[in-house]
Amino acid sequence: MEVGLKMGMKGGGLNHVGGCEKAKMGFAETELRLGLPGGGGSGEGEVVRKRGFSETVDLKLNLSSKESSGMDANDEKVKVLHKEKNLLPCATDPAKPPAKAQVVGWPPVRSFRKNVLATQKGSSEESSEKAAFVKVSMDGAPYLRKVDLRMYNSYQDLSDALAKMFGSFTIGNCGSQGMKDFMNESKLMDLLNDSDYVPTYEDKDGDWMLVGDVPWEMFVESCKRLRIMKGTEAIGLAPRAMEKCKNRS
Amino acid sequence: MQKKMAYSFPDEVLEHVFSFIQSDKDRNAVSMVCKSWYDIERWCRRKIFVGNCYAVNPRIVIRRFPEVRSIELKGKPHFADFNLVPDGWGGYVFPWILEMARAYPWLEEIRLKRMVVTDESLELIAKSFKNFKVLVLFSCEGFSTDGLAAIAASCKNLRELDLRDSEVDDLSGHWLSHFPETYTSLVSLNISCLGSDEVSFSALERLVGRCPNLRTLLLNRAVPLDKIANILRRAPQLVEFGTGTYTAELRPDVFSYLAGAFSSCKELRSLSGFWEAVPAYIPAIYSVCSRLTSLNLSFATIQNPDLIKLVSLCPSLQRLLVLDYIEDSGLEALASSCKDLQELRVFPSDPFGVEPNVSLTEQGLVAISWGCPKLESVLYFCRQMSNAALVTIAQNRPNLTRFRLCIIDPKTVDYLTHEPLDVGFGAIVEHCKDLRRLSLSGLLTDRVFDYIGTYAKKLEMLSVAFAGDSDLGLHHVLSGCESLRKLEIRDCPFGDKALLANAAKLETMRSLWMSSCSVSFGACKLLGQKMPRLNVEVIDERGHPDSRPESCPVDKLYIYRSVAGPRVDMPPFVWTKDEDSSLRLS
Repeated sequence: MEVGLKMGMKGGGLNHVGGCEKAKMGFAETELRLGLPGGGGSGEGEVVRKRGFSETVDLKLNLSSKESSGMDANDEKVKVLHKEKNLLPCATDPAKPPAKAQVVGWPPVRSFRKNVLATQKGSSEESSEKAAFVKVSMDGAPYLRKVDLRMYNSYQDLSDALAKMFGSFTIGNCGSQGMKDFMNESKLMDLLNDSDYVPTYEDKDGDWMLVGDVPWEMFVESCKRLRIMKGTEAIGLAPRAMEKCKNRS
Repeated sequence: MQKKMAYSFPDEVLEHVFSFIQSDKDRNAVSMVCKSWYDIERWCRRKIFVGNCYAVNPRIVIRRFPEVRSIELKGKPHFADFNLVPDGWGGYVFPWILEMARAYPWLEEIRLKRMVVTDESLELIAKSFKNFKVLVLFSCEGFSTDGLAAIAASCKNLRELDLRDSEVDDLSGHWLSHFPETYTSLVSLNISCLGSDEVSFSALERLVGRCPNLRTLLLNRAVPLDKIANILRRAPQLVEFGTGTYTAELRPDVFSYLAGAFSSCKELRSLSGFWEAVPAYIPAIYSVCSRLTSLNLSFATIQNPDLIKLVSLCPSLQRLLVLDYIEDSGLEALASSCKDLQELRVFPSDPFGVEPNVSLTEQGLVAISWGCPKLESVLYFCRQMSNAALVTIAQNRPNLTRFRLCIIDPKTVDYLTHEPLDVGFGAIVEHCKDLRRLSLSGLLTDRVFDYIGTYAKKLEMLSVAFAGDSDLGLHHVLSGCESLRKLEIRDCPFGDKALLANAAKLETMRSLWMSSCSVSFGACKLLGQKMPRLNVEVIDERGHPDSRPESCPVDKLYIYRSVAGPRVDMPPFVWTKDEDSSLRLS
């Protein structure tokens, strides 16, 4: 509930998720749900939610490199969930022309020009045109990288890209749906102790959160920078994130 | 008798003569006359320009030129501006600062472009150079306002602090307060890139008020419209001014106060900023328009007719940066009012939109080419073009020296004839004999490169994207363009043959960038082995190139000449000929 309420409180953030309807949907979904993005009727939602809850807990969020084999047993469920996700109303408004596939660095416009134009056009515009570059650092790696979160559609995509970027270091993925359930503190502690590396992010308020606690679109809007830190260090974060949620309720 | 006099010509006299020779090219020529001139010249060279920081290293520079006062360094390749160079690639300035802190205690000026500058570097600069005067960080990154605070606090003789287009970690607006109350020597301050909402207005106003020599002040978005007037009133001697966010509710008192402040600035010649500008406040600058030589409206969302009215009031304009809201009609108006125009840049307001959102076509640029006889530099984003238009532009304006055309959709054809735009660009290079810089776009075959290789003899920099059919295209350019220094190519079907056949040419150039082309790792290794004075760097984030078939092209390739040998700060995703996969960290 805390996570949902956090989303609810951040009213401003919701407006950026392309239009009022979608925002309402997003609000509703996070209030009711524990883990899944995408909207839908509450009935359907509940069914999905239940499965989602058990999904995320059972999959143990797959953050450590060792347990990639453990995924197999859950693959079936993963596939089903993916399909379900596709059936749910999708984020883009079908009435608008499809956004062009963006070629990296084309047209050759500097990023400080791109962002300026996007904000000037107003938040009701389809956010696919706005680049969302964030810095990514990894504890122990000597260099920073930058990624455009708009290039990805899900936590899985982002996770794959980050894994490629940071070479041999595995950060695993963020769960099949990409959203985590942080309600259960003890399960969370287990997970963080098990994992090598955990992706975290700084949100618009300057707080550091664990990646995967909000629907993907909201994450893209609120993420200012990413940091891949050791699981054991991130333990300090999770309670804080939950604290924040508790405080807002 | 005469022979004796020649040998006893005192060094001090020669040094005095050399002091009138400022350009690097001339200085280099002087140094090659004879050994004694080389020695005298190197002791009295005060200004160094290093176009590629990896072409040389600090030790070599310091050894040859022991008394340098001013240095300019450039780091990353140009395509880094468009996110084609992964973070961590390089361009670190710290090793340079470290060496110069020891060798050049009297260094006064540091100018950097596309380099990674850390707070540590800034702190070292602040500590090491007692007479430090000029810091220009052009498109740099890696530092925060903490580093700036160190500069402000320690550099008592600072004249110029210019952060143009840099990415700064804006931790706090209070760094400005670190300029001591006794500090009065500021001449130029450009903080337009700073992002935070925090600016200490009182510190800014006090700083401006106590620096009587302030000529250039470019503010950032955080400075609201109603604060500008007070700042201007404290600095009526300003020549160049950049506003912050230029929007507010229209209030007659605010408006007239602002208009009065602008009109008291009799020396004002250049204006910029204007983020989110509202038409209501534009007339506040009308009093200065007739004197303006430079106007940057590329962040201003004002549209026609307000935009046309504004530019029509600026007959002395030499330089205009504007969004495509100006449309063809605005450019026609510009062509009839601004006869002194030398440089025009038109940026896209909606670069990723599928449909055009404004009526800006090739016609606008054609009108400018008819009406502006002094036009020499163009950057133009549009969505349609024709060979006929390009031929007209070329014939009207043979004095063009920089021509960069970006037709937003790759491989767009001539909209009238549906042909490639080879002939149009061919006309540009044929007529504009002094063309130094060219950027191509639209559908182009190998033919355009044939024209370029044949005619573009003064061309120094060429940018190519989504063009050409085969290696022949690249070969035309490398074999024909005698003055070529920088070549950057993306998404073209150019491969190994042209590259290897023109290997020697690469040593006469500063650098070559190729990404998403068809060059193999094998060719890169071969080139690196054959040409020891070239650094051939493959940038590939997919792991060791040998882990893919030989035929698989490399992702990105950056080749540059160097006397410093391979660099020592390469990140894991940069591969050279010395790669041994077993040595790589796995």
